[in-house]
Amino acid sequence: MKTKWKISPYLYLLPALVIVIAFRLIPIVMSFILSFYDWSIQGTGKFIGLANYAVMLKDPVFWQSMGNTFWLVIIQVPASIVFSLLFAVLLNKIKYFKSLFRIVYFMPFVTSLVAVSIVWKLIFAEQTGLMNTFLGYVGISPQGWLSESRGIFLMMFQDLGINFKLPQFFHGPSQALFGIIIMTVWKGLGYNTIIYLAGLQNISKVYYEAAEIDGASKNRQFWNITLPLISPTTFYVLIMTTIVSFQTFAQIYLMTDKGGPLNTTKLIVYYIYEKGFDLLEMGYASAIALTLFLLILGLTIFQRRMEKHVNY
Amino acid sequence: MNKLRSTITYVVLVIFGLTMIVPFIWMLTTALTTQAEFNKQETLFIPKEEYHVWNHDGQRDRILLVMEKDQTSVIHVLDEKLNIAVEYSEVPSSEIELVRKKPSLHFDNFVKAFNKVPFGLYFYNTLYVSFLSLIGVLFTSLLAAYAFARMEFKGRDLFFYLFLSMMMVPQPIYMISSYVLLDKLNWLDTYNALIIPWTANIFTIFLFRQHFKALPQELFDAASIDGCSIFGMLWRIVIPLSKPIIATASIFSLISSWNSFMWPLVMINRPELRVLQVGLSYFNQEASTQTTLLMAASTFSIVPILILFFFAQKQIIASYAKTGMKD
Repeated sequence: MKTKWKISPYLYLLPALVIVIAFRLIPIVMSFILSFYDWSIQGTGKFIGLANYAVMLKDPVFWQSMGNTFWLVIIQVPASIVFSLLFAVLLNKIKYFKSLFRIVYFMPFVTSLVAVSIVWKLIFAEQTGLMNTFLGYVGISPQGWLSESRGIFLMMFQDLGINFKLPQFFHGPSQALFGIIIMTVWKGLGYNTIIYLAGLQNISKVYYEAAEIDGASKNRQFWNITLPLISPTTFYVLIMTTIVSFQTFAQIYLMTDKGGPLNTTKLIVYYIYEKGFDLLEMGYASAIALTLFLLILGLTIFQRRMEKHVNY
Repeated sequence: MNKLRSTITYVVLVIFGLTMIVPFIWMLTTALTTQAEFNKQETLFIPKEEYHVWNHDGQRDRILLVMEKDQTSVIHVLDEKLNIAVEYSEVPSSEIELVRKKPSLHFDNFVKAFNKVPFGLYFYNTLYVSFLSLIGVLFTSLLAAYAFARMEFKGRDLFFYLFLSMMMVPQPIYMISSYVLLDKLNWLDTYNALIIPWTANIFTIFLFRQHFKALPQELFDAASIDGCSIFGMLWRIVIPLSKPIIATASIFSLISSWNSFMWPLVMINRPELRVLQVGLSYFNQEASTQTTLLMAASTFSIVPILILFFFAQKQIIASYAKTGMKD
């Protein structure tokens, strides 16, 4: 039956194929080519070989953006995984109001990043913000949040009266960036929770019953049954959250003043945007974009490899 | 012991739940407050209002109290729009009354915010772009997924892997080259830039393909014996049997076009073509001190998606949950 079909499969594929080639494949190839050009929007560019990459490696703001992005990813991803797994385990236990809680947790995920960024910018406002009001209730003095450029590790050591003399990178993310991280974790938690919940429901009850008979505590059941059996989900969540968090943009655009204070919230995608569309150095911006792509690709491949080693 | 455990579970869940929802509640209550009250910082979640009135000759005038003494007080009398009508009049203190309203909800903030910038136009643009993209996505995905799932042809795997690898590339990576490309096509600052590149969605193709593959072959064999054409099978068998998955894909598509921000921000300069998210972000820059209006605008910008979400929350959550499953 199936062998009869000759030309028509291609006709069916054609509309999607045209769009995918024109607006995915070609731009991706173009961005590779652009990165070898000195290209601003007027006219055509000039081929300059690897010069953009050479400039990039010596660009302090590029490295700072990379450092900021590193802190964001390294804090946000584990925080998101821990909290969403915790939510999911708790949600999986309860009988009543399950769907209500699910709706509440999922709400931030479906609402637009623009609206919630505007709300969180005001939450972090020094004078009128909700965050400092709540901190006030528990006796913590008002924080600068989005206007504070000192790193959080530095601030901790300073509070303890310890002299902290390390290069800026080791000061940790600025409190401003830390605020962005809190907001970003909040925004994505619902999705990861739902994914974990689906994963937990796939674990057969038999394991827990057997463990119960053997007298294993709930705690041990979690570490020795739930955690290993949920690890495929954990890898999915890990990979997706990492990829998404590398792309953080709207929060920076809306909540900060061009990645300030002192560039401490400038993340790599925001820097690409700034170089490409504010300063019109499109060739240079493409070089950064391509570097980011290779980085994400490398990390994803690495995480997949890890998965093969760990999974049951 | 078990009861204690479950109580603790609920307490923790409620605390986390509040953390998730408090920003929304605060957004709404701030949107309903007057700016003056918000700046006073006393209003947290219940918008209230305090003001003085001057009772005289059977009239009640809103006033601003400048100075209060035992016998006489100095006041500004306000008109209906709360502008100062009469400055520095001295009146007996006994005629002044403090009015406390709690709650005092200022729904007019929504109207003010909506009229401040052309939000109506932004809503229209967003709906227009979202619906046309949706139609495009359904058209291209149904056809392509049908070919991938139920036809055999040369290069099928090649095309499949091409699509798969394109799906993995994050949008910011090809943002700049897309801008250059759309510029060459003369599509910048047109609806084309917002719609055409988004009329194919690889994720939707895979979603459909998986579903189409699972349909029983007997249906197709029977239809073929009855002389049904290939397209007829798509139209009469596949699509009617795929309504839930089509609904799911439509919801994904609508939510992502409604919320899309970076692309329209970059590709559109003309104010008349701004979509809601971009309009809102410009409003954020222009009205940064008018907190209450900003919150009102944020509120109505998320309401349509929240309505969609509340009506179809079960399906939406279940569909998102499935994106994490491996086949």
